Amino acid sequence: MKNLYDVIVIGGGLVGSAIAREMARYQLDIAVLEKNLDVCYETSGRNSGVIHGGFAYDTGTLKAKLCVEGNKNFDQLAEELDIPFIRCGKVLVGNTEEDMESLKRTMKQGEINGARELSLIDEEELHRLVPAVVGKFAMFSKTSGVVDPFIYNIALAENAAMNGVEYFFNHEVTAIDWKGDHYEITAGNEVFKTRWVVNSAGLGCGKISDMLGITGYRVIGSKGDYIILDQRTGALLPMPVYPVPSNTYMGIHVTNTTDGNVIVGPNAEMVEDFTYYGVPQKNIDYLAEDASNLWPCINKADYIRNYSGILPKWVDENGKIQDFKIEMREDIAPQAINLVGIESPGLTAAVPIGKYVVSMMAEKEELKENPNFNPRRKGIKRFFEMTEEERKAAIEENPDYGEVICRCEKVTKAEIMEAINNPLGVSTMVGIKYRTRSMMGRCQGGYCQMRIEQMIEEKYHLEAGEVVYNRPGAYVLTGKVREEGK
Amino acid sequence: MNKKDVIIIGGGPAGLAAAVELYKKGITDILILEREKKMGGILRQCIHDGFGLTRFGVTLSGPEYAKKFIDQVEELKIPYMTDATVVELTEDKVVTVATKSGLFKYQAKAVILTMGCRERTRGALGIPGERPAGVYTAGVAQAYMNLYNRMPGKEVVILGSGDIGMIMARRMTLEGAHVQAVFEIQPIPSGLPRNIQQCLNDYDIPLYLNHTVTEIHGKSRLEAVTVSQVDEKMKPIPGTEKTYKCDTLILSVGLIPENELSLDANVELDRRTKGALVDEYFQTSVDGIFAAGNVLHVHDLVDFVSMEAEKLADGAARYVKEGKLPECGISITTDANINHTVPQKISGKEDVKLSMRVRKQLIDATIVVQQGDKIVKTKKMKKAIPAEMIQIPLKASELVGMDNLEVRVEC
Repeated sequence: MKNLYDVIVIGGGLVGSAIAREMARYQLDIAVLEKNLDVCYETSGRNSGVIHGGFAYDTGTLKAKLCVEGNKNFDQLAEELDIPFIRCGKVLVGNTEEDMESLKRTMKQGEINGARELSLIDEEELHRLVPAVVGKFAMFSKTSGVVDPFIYNIALAENAAMNGVEYFFNHEVTAIDWKGDHYEITAGNEVFKTRWVVNSAGLGCGKISDMLGITGYRVIGSKGDYIILDQRTGALLPMPVYPVPSNTYMGIHVTNTTDGNVIVGPNAEMVEDFTYYGVPQKNIDYLAEDASNLWPCINKADYIRNYSGILPKWVDENGKIQDFKIEMREDIAPQAINLVGIESPGLTAAVPIGKYVVSMMAEKEELKENPNFNPRRKGIKRFFEMTEEERKAAIEENPDYGEVICRCEKVTKAEIMEAINNPLGVSTMVGIKYRTRSMMGRCQGGYCQMRIEQMIEEKYHLEAGEVVYNRPGAYVLTGKVREEGK
Repeated sequence: MNKKDVIIIGGGPAGLAAAVELYKKGITDILILEREKKMGGILRQCIHDGFGLTRFGVTLSGPEYAKKFIDQVEELKIPYMTDATVVELTEDKVVTVATKSGLFKYQAKAVILTMGCRERTRGALGIPGERPAGVYTAGVAQAYMNLYNRMPGKEVVILGSGDIGMIMARRMTLEGAHVQAVFEIQPIPSGLPRNIQQCLNDYDIPLYLNHTVTEIHGKSRLEAVTVSQVDEKMKPIPGTEKTYKCDTLILSVGLIPENELSLDANVELDRRTKGALVDEYFQTSVDGIFAAGNVLHVHDLVDFVSMEAEKLADGAARYVKEGKLPECGISITTDANINHTVPQKISGKEDVKLSMRVRKQLIDATIVVQQGDKIVKTKKMKKAIPAEMIQIPLKASELVGMDNLEVRVEC
């Protein structure tokens, strides 16, 4: 920990990490305080993984502007940071005259927003694009895409860390005090001093805003549940299929992932508890039933897992969902940038949000470029994606590439070792899962989790029973069966 | 490319037995590919006894049972590779295997699929609730305990009365854990009667039928599960919820043949068994690709796995020698009481043994094998349960012509 930071970013999700990375382009001492044991444990990792076109948001909003910008620049970002990204397009499928009117409105709004390459297509064209879909016509957004949200967040964070940003995990912020020329931030029983603070706490944005003294924001959670289907289903879904959206809700859709799985969801339930991620049976059944109207390929035999995510939505006194709030309130909280209600399309807009935050800071003080900033980061080379020749070469260079640990996703020991040695020092089981896809396949770690647990124990010198699944207290095991020699 | 007469994928009980039997039949150009460090498959973690009564007439532990075959493989010097994962299998029987010393490709005359099965998971079942640590399939808990000396938990609830779940109930109890109960959604247990006696009754562990877990609680480690009674359609009955405090939930809710490689090779699967459709030679829909053991259909006893693989060796050896096998034009159909038969097709020219399972418990039932108007065989059973595999031998001389066979139940 440094004596005094220039900037502390609260929250290491996609937006927090993108802000930290954008700030690292300048000569600033930066730290990220993250309450979880890794990035992307909340909203950033619990979503559909869709890079949106920007047509679904009211013209003139930050949501529309930053989403369009994020979409436009995503190829470059994905290339720089080695993020799995497919610009596969997506379709919004309709059947009735009302649907058609709605799609025309959406398309018009999109065009005004600057969303590129939108078109209305007929049934024939729709079925050429997605043979299995049910629908009479659609709006096709050619520039929409899908991204691996875990690697995206991890890549932003790792690249920020490579460029000097310090990450502090298990550091939940409990107090923020303005000391006349700097802040004292209490987190994880430590006190951090910083000149600037950025609230990018996602679901915690309301709480942190209150701590800054900027009170009055009403943030509600919109919880969505999802079902994940087997990789073999991916062949039937070349791009996400959505129903015709309403103004505030995109509807239950089916989405291909960058790894060839299909995810079904989400529903949207308003929740007060931002920590409950349980998925009720009735929702699982409802998702499958509803989405089958669009894409009748959902079989229980293909269920791999279900999950849920919560979007923090800023609403007014009438409950109406508001735009992203990105503000400086110098009268109340000097040298603080406050982000409230960063929900969808935050995944698409993360880097533009980061740039926007930096531009606000740059209005207040001169930022000197960091000549050593390196925007590039290499991910772990995946055996699964290699050609035969590449596999041969990889094994020759590192024999651990010849030892398959996770059979479903064909993840080798070399990849798992690299993930365990990750630059952020994350030592959870889920941390390894997100970085490698091990334990994500159809057997859900039935074959490989024991080996991975052992590798984590060894690398981090942990006792049996100290390795955690995802968060403090989520211990995988309770100890040894018997002490050796007994 | 390297050439082999036979490549066997998986060095568990089925693969080992097939290898030894092939060798004895004069097929010696064999290679067993095993992804684990040692051969033996899932038997390595099955340290309880009860294996081998049918095949060897003695009761053995899993590792002891496996050793009997491994010793023969070693003695006969049958080539094998461990730490070798097959990453690709084609319809043309080209096998690509990844090892630490490189990526190797083999062209085989015949490929034998003996990859075993995997466990159904929480996700596949869609058990609702939170997702804390402490929810394990029985096989994972067994591997942690018996291969890695790691204790999965202390206060245990078990969902599903599969054999591995019951065996883990006893195993965890013996190592100091408290197993509160086993819950089974169906009206009858899915595991063998002997395991109910030896693993549950002997340790006063209650088994509740018609019950299932309807909610999982805990943000970090598992804290509790809610269990509900279910109706005859297996739907939870509101008002019957009971909460059990526990740190561990063990799932023993079914096994799924592991056919990912088979699908890559365009092997046609049977929707009922989730294994390949095979003829009496255990040849799949792809010429020269054979399957036996749990990758073909889930067995109740390992003895039958070995015996099935030994039978497969007859057909595979003949295939290697003659380049083809006789046509199997007689299909076997089943009624609603019989879940499936293996094989699903026969030639009618040779004696065969049909393996099958009933769908539900049947009392005083007669299994009838009929061809056209002729009743070929009947088997009277006082009690038939889905947990037990039923085998019926048929003689070629009993069959008439090439009409399809029907296997049905008369109660």
